[in-house]
Amino acid sequence: MTSTTIDDAPFIEPSTRVRRNYINDEYGVLSWLLTKDHKRIAILYLISVTIFFIVGGVFAFLMRLELLTPEGDMFTSDQYNKLFTLHGIVMIFFFLIPAIPAVMGNFILPIMLGAKDLAFPKINLLSWYVYMIGGTFGVIVIITGGVDTGWTFYTPFSTQYSNTKVFATTLGAFITGFSSILTALNFLVTIHRMRAPGLTWFRLPLFVWSMYATSVVIMLATPVLAITLVLLMVERALQVGIFDPALGGDPVLYQHMFWFYSHPAVYIMILPGMAVISECVAAFTRKKIFGYKFVAFSSLAIAFLGFLVWAHHMFVAGMSVYSAMIFSFLTMLVAVPSAIKVFNWTATMYKASVSWQTPMLYVMGFIGLFTIGGVTGLFLGALGVDVHVHDSYFVVAHFHYIMVGGTIMAYMAGLHYWWPKMTGRMYPEWWGRLSALLVFVGFNLTFFPQFLVGYVGMPRRYHAYAPEFQVLNVLSTAGATVLAAGYLLPMIYLAWSLKFGRRAGANPWGAAGLEWATSSPPPKENFHETPAVTWDAYDYPAFLKAMKETQNV
Amino acid sequence: MSEDATLSQSAEHAATPHGHGHHHPFLQHHFEDMGQQHEASTLGMWFFVAQEILFFGGVFCAYFIYREMYPEAWAAGSKLQHWEIGAANTVVLIGSSLTMALAVWGAQQAKRKLTTLMLVLTLVLGAIFVGVKGYEYAEHIHHGQFPGSAFTYQHAQNPALTPGIELFMTFYFTMTGLHALHMIIGAGLLLWFIKRTWRGDFGPEYYSPVEIMGLYWHFVDIVWIFLFPLLYLV
Amino acid sequence: MNDFPLFPESASSVAPLVDGLYLFLVAVTGAVSLLIWIVIFFFAIKYRRRPDNELAQEQEPPAALEMTWTIVPLIVFIGIFVAGAWVFFRMQRVPANAIEIYATGRQWMWKFQHPTGQREINHLHVPVGRAIKITAASEDVIHSLWFPSFRVKADILPNRYRTMWFEATKTGRYHIFCAEYCGTLHSGMVGWVEVMEPTEYQRWLAGGSEGSLASQGEKLFEKYACNTCHTSTAGARGPVLAGLYGKTRQLADGRSVVADENYIRESILNPQAKIAAGFQPIMPTFQGQVNEDDLIRLLAYVRTVGSEPANAVESPASALESRGAPPSPSSPPGAPGSQPAASTGTNQ
Repeated sequence: MTSTTIDDAPFIEPSTRVRRNYINDEYGVLSWLLTKDHKRIAILYLISVTIFFIVGGVFAFLMRLELLTPEGDMFTSDQYNKLFTLHGIVMIFFFLIPAIPAVMGNFILPIMLGAKDLAFPKINLLSWYVYMIGGTFGVIVIITGGVDTGWTFYTPFSTQYSNTKVFATTLGAFITGFSSILTALNFLVTIHRMRAPGLTWFRLPLFVWSMYATSVVIMLATPVLAITLVLLMVERALQVGIFDPALGGDPVLYQHMFWFYSHPAVYIMILPGMAVISECVAAFTRKKIFGYKFVAFSSLAIAFLGFLVWAHHMFVAGMSVYSAMIFSFLTMLVAVPSAIKVFNWTATMYKASVSWQTPMLYVMGFIGLFTIGGVTGLFLGALGVDVHVHDSYFVVAHFHYIMVGGTIMAYMAGLHYWWPKMTGRMYPEWWGRLSALLVFVGFNLTFFPQFLVGYVGMPRRYHAYAPEFQVLNVLSTAGATVLAAGYLLPMIYLAWSLKFGRRAGANPWGAAGLEWATSSPPPKENFHETPAVTWDAYDYPAFLKAMKETQNV
Repeated sequence: MSEDATLSQSAEHAATPHGHGHHHPFLQHHFEDMGQQHEASTLGMWFFVAQEILFFGGVFCAYFIYREMYPEAWAAGSKLQHWEIGAANTVVLIGSSLTMALAVWGAQQAKRKLTTLMLVLTLVLGAIFVGVKGYEYAEHIHHGQFPGSAFTYQHAQNPALTPGIELFMTFYFTMTGLHALHMIIGAGLLLWFIKRTWRGDFGPEYYSPVEIMGLYWHFVDIVWIFLFPLLYLV
Repeated sequence: MNDFPLFPESASSVAPLVDGLYLFLVAVTGAVSLLIWIVIFFFAIKYRRRPDNELAQEQEPPAALEMTWTIVPLIVFIGIFVAGAWVFFRMQRVPANAIEIYATGRQWMWKFQHPTGQREINHLHVPVGRAIKITAASEDVIHSLWFPSFRVKADILPNRYRTMWFEATKTGRYHIFCAEYCGTLHSGMVGWVEVMEPTEYQRWLAGGSEGSLASQGEKLFEKYACNTCHTSTAGARGPVLAGLYGKTRQLADGRSVVADENYIRESILNPQAKIAAGFQPIMPTFQGQVNEDDLIRLLAYVRTVGSEPANAVESPASALESRGAPPSPSSPPGAPGSQPAASTGTNQ
């Protein structure tokens, strides 16, 4: 056996006492729906994003089934176009963007800061309701016939040509954006104003740094999407020509405004993933993150540079050669902080105490897949190659390596890592490792062939394709089946563990961090006494010493 | 940002779920003291204003790009506005900013009646502004200047400018409409604040809601200060 | 083409450049990724948690290491940028005396018109070894014209001409795809480009046609009565079109503009937008009366007439300079003129 069992950690005081916690503090549906407790709101989000993940996943799987054969024989073109549009919209707006911030950030961030709650608990609850209203629009669109514009809503197709539910969809995305803004605002203020005594900026866990960077990006980019969607809705409702060239508008302006949000949105999705990975690497190597300050500042660098590269989505859309060069150059710069993170995570494992528990397996998967996703971004940033692979399956593979291989791997890692804290129960380790393996294998089988078929020349968003692309597409669909199994398993065994899982102690992993200094699940007010922080992030000896002194575990 | 807010507070805190008891009645349980609560809420409002700037920034950006593309149509479009009305409305709005500032001062000084009066005045001035805006809208619609299928206006000298003018009017209605929406939301909040002030909720220890309301109101006014010359005086 | 290609046909002059850069990137990034994977697994096994290894040994990170893996990637990335930009420039610079072919994208087909007047739908015949310049606009939504075997692609926008070029190096039959999602039958907006030997191409050109594109344009020029105002002598109600094309024009409002494809297009559809100096804004608009295909014919005619007398033509250097200006959709910065030795293809 390569890893010790969790109870071997010498400094763990297994807590089996059943005490009052945030779950059994109050009962009844209303006590959940009207809660202002950040932990309960996190659980509400967990349930909602999981539902949307399943919906988006089903759409993806249906697309992969259609693509088994070159002919469009399973769905009509319209149905297929709606499938990929809804898959994109559901996954991006209703799953990836809220997933890690609204679930793990909501639950863990205040505890990491030693705070009793986020700064604005009512606004936090409001953000969930706003999210649900936006989501309701999404569901209504799905039920009443769907939308076929692609998640990018490119004009003039979306405003003048599409006969589908464009208005309701954009309204849903618009509303959901405000949910992110409210969450981000809450995080920023909480990080600034609600840190426990002694918790200075450079003692903050890297999760907090990354969440801070994420929140800044959300605050500054989402409103631009909001106004862009407002203009889109105005144009669609009044049939005026803001973005329609036939009426004097400029469709490329829409793309600029859209990507000014949507490229930073990529970082809204991946930075929280990096946040989780930093925590898990530290916890499962029992070591300080190598180059803490570099990792911390690289998050801010990504947030900043992420705002300067939006037009690399438009190299073939008709921009001048010189602007293309500037944006290509800036794209290369934004790759550096990501590379720094990967190197530092890897270096952290040097002379560490590496555990092979499920979250660490996901972490290793993340680093590997994110690396591939990152370096293929260089292909797309290099102008000469981008002209060929733009809007091909190469791009599809690239961003799935970032979004699925990166963000969702991190989400799974975080879910397993904090599951005992959130529920007070351990998940079954063996099943966890199996699912991590399935996800890794299935993912690569699904998306690696797409790099190849993209370079060969298969355009994205194609319902039917040339016969020579079939072999790679069949491989991809086969992989999607394995991947689906890998995602279904955790849904089953995590639900199972709620009732049958072993009870978790306060610190089942032997990790360092304030969230492991309170019981599992935490009490409603997180800490019975506001903790005073005397240790640097991930400083195991200092953390252990402090814990022994306070006897607080 | 400073760290003293969190560092200076005492670790003592009762584990009661709601920290009422010996604390200020409006201290929420998860804050250590009124100072922290005040700083958190004002900082939150500043972040909110920051995202509002980006929100309006997007439409201003689009406005400027089309203004570059269609300078003549933009000039002709702005002539459709009555700058006298716009200027009068600007004065009204600046006046409401003044009364709002006085309301914040009154809340800090525990002058309940003065604060209430000033809030009411702010509300009245805001209502006048929105009312005048409504009159302008009605005039435009009456003259077929509302973009879309209702747009029947033709530029007399140069009909070729008409599509550009329609685009201008689209921006006019979008920008002033969003601004008016912010005004209406602000007016709704003011009603609630008038009630709370009259009830005596605010005082030197607890005035941050009024201060935040003021920040919001001033921000909305400043947006108008930009909108007025861009839409009326090009 | 075999049944299971892992690499597309390489059939144009820029394809080897793109493939070279691609393979270089695959090698470099593949090596780095592999290295990271190996290191992760090595560390994970070597430093796995054991009873004597419950807590890690703390290491202070040496600053030199951090600087190394900050600066080395930066240099590599900038190198990639330079290589990518170099290839990109080669792709964008349209060679002189390229064959001019016009394309129109619409939901959901590609229409091509040859200078000699042949029209094709979803098929394009071109000779091997000659540079082909495609000037294209869309009739409705945004499309994207992609020749995977030539490694070139350009988004085709409504109401605006875009240009792209390639030189096929191998005869054969290659895919044409629409790469920008454009609605229901997006995946049906595909076609074939036939690259032929020049002699064969000549034979193909000799097949039926309604006269050259320019001559078809001349007929339209008369049909729409353009010739009543745009006469061949100065002093008429409209400007003389001879010698116009590619020249810098003085406008009534003091601005000046290069008379390129997009200017001519705008002057037909929206004549009031840019009035030539010394003329009255009296020309009616032809928006909605002239379709994209006819526009292309008119354009071909105006270009033929316009290139006749040797007028002062913009130097390539100043053309490049004007392209550095911020992109403004209505006044295209610079354009591939009749002297396109160094003109780039992505003008707006």
